Amino acid sequence: MMTEPNMPVTEDELHALVDNELPADRRAAVEQWLDAHPDAAARVASWRAIGHALHTRYDAVADETIPTQLELDRLARPPRRWMIGVAAAVLLAFAGGGAAGWFAREAAATAVASEPDPVNAMREEAFAAHRLYIGEMRHPIEVRADEAHLLPWLSRRIGMNLRAPDLSKYDLKLLGGRLLPCTEGPAALLMYENEKGERITLYATKLKAPGSSFRYQEADKYGSISWVADNYGWVISGPADKPRLKNIAMAAIEQGDRR
Amino acid sequence: MIAFRPSVEAMIPALRRYARALTRDADIADDLVQDTLVRALRSERLFHGGDIRSWLYTILTNLNRNRRRSLARRPTISQLTEHDEASANGTEAEGRDIERALSGLVEEQRSALLLVMLEGLTYREVADIQGVPIGTVMSRLARARAHIKASLDGEKIMLRRVK
Repeated sequence: MMTEPNMPVTEDELHALVDNELPADRRAAVEQWLDAHPDAAARVASWRAIGHALHTRYDAVADETIPTQLELDRLARPPRRWMIGVAAAVLLAFAGGGAAGWFAREAAATAVASEPDPVNAMREEAFAAHRLYIGEMRHPIEVRADEAHLLPWLSRRIGMNLRAPDLSKYDLKLLGGRLLPCTEGPAALLMYENEKGERITLYATKLKAPGSSFRYQEADKYGSISWVADNYGWVISGPADKPRLKNIAMAAIEQGDRR
Repeated sequence: MIAFRPSVEAMIPALRRYARALTRDADIADDLVQDTLVRALRSERLFHGGDIRSWLYTILTNLNRNRRRSLARRPTISQLTEHDEASANGTEAEGRDIERALSGLVEEQRSALLLVMLEGLTYREVADIQGVPIGTVMSRLARARAHIKASLDGEKIMLRRVK
């Protein structure tokens, strides 16, 4: 069939060519037209390169082993029993392997993260508190570390025996703490500081959520590590330095373990 | 009657790929896929044939839109992509460039571009998934491509300057 090489080619047709959406009888004409229009041909080539780059970057994801959280049999089970199973697995890992086991349970824990999420809400509260109070020069805390009633008071209010981890290994000294409102009740915020004035906060509150592994999140210059264990949510916030925050979180958990 | 579960199962790798490119975060992506699968399984009895593939992409696309809306209501926290695999050989650097370019797109454009170029869907299918006319899909695609091209060209210029 004769096509008209001179028939104007539209920009839409160029896209359609790249996407194999062009009718077969028009294809040859458009390709011929491209031979005479190097600018358009370069544009088409650059679009094809985008497709190539996308496949190069993301096809490997489709080849990965499918995580257990996505197994259909698992997802089809009644959710409640399944959630308890996950919580139990995480707690077992906690009791058995200590903090190291937490990371190994990443897959199990992220399975929970998509449920309507009290953990996210807590993390945001903690993060907001961090950003607000570390900026306070005169009153970053309510009760100073050297006041003996600090920990007994916070412990009583959040309903658990709260201890302040020793973070001197990270050059961090406990400044003190304060009580805050959170969605499910009161929360305790402990603040640490190093000689450079850098501040880290540890946030703890009662939280009805399955146990989870560490999750790191950052915004602006700040990062936070959060986790859930034994119906308490924990968040450590500080300058966005993931390895350091992870180490601090591990230290907090290890010291908690030894009690 | 088509075998429902095997058809859904066969789509998991492609859904993960799409979700990863859509969110550029491995955890969020798999959470999205999981939500998609849970919803799909819940509707198993309601599904009377039709294109399972398009249906799953539709669920995932909508869930991601909801997720982004709820994030937008809480602007103080945004999940950032982790670059743990940041040893930069050429391919990985290229991968990061395309990832960054994707981040600059408006959600609808990103989704249209990925469904067409990465997942190989037709304009018609993408129009149904996004609930818009084909012409809108095409203009989203065109804008996405122009933006990505500009972004990638910009990276190259930056690189040349650094050298």
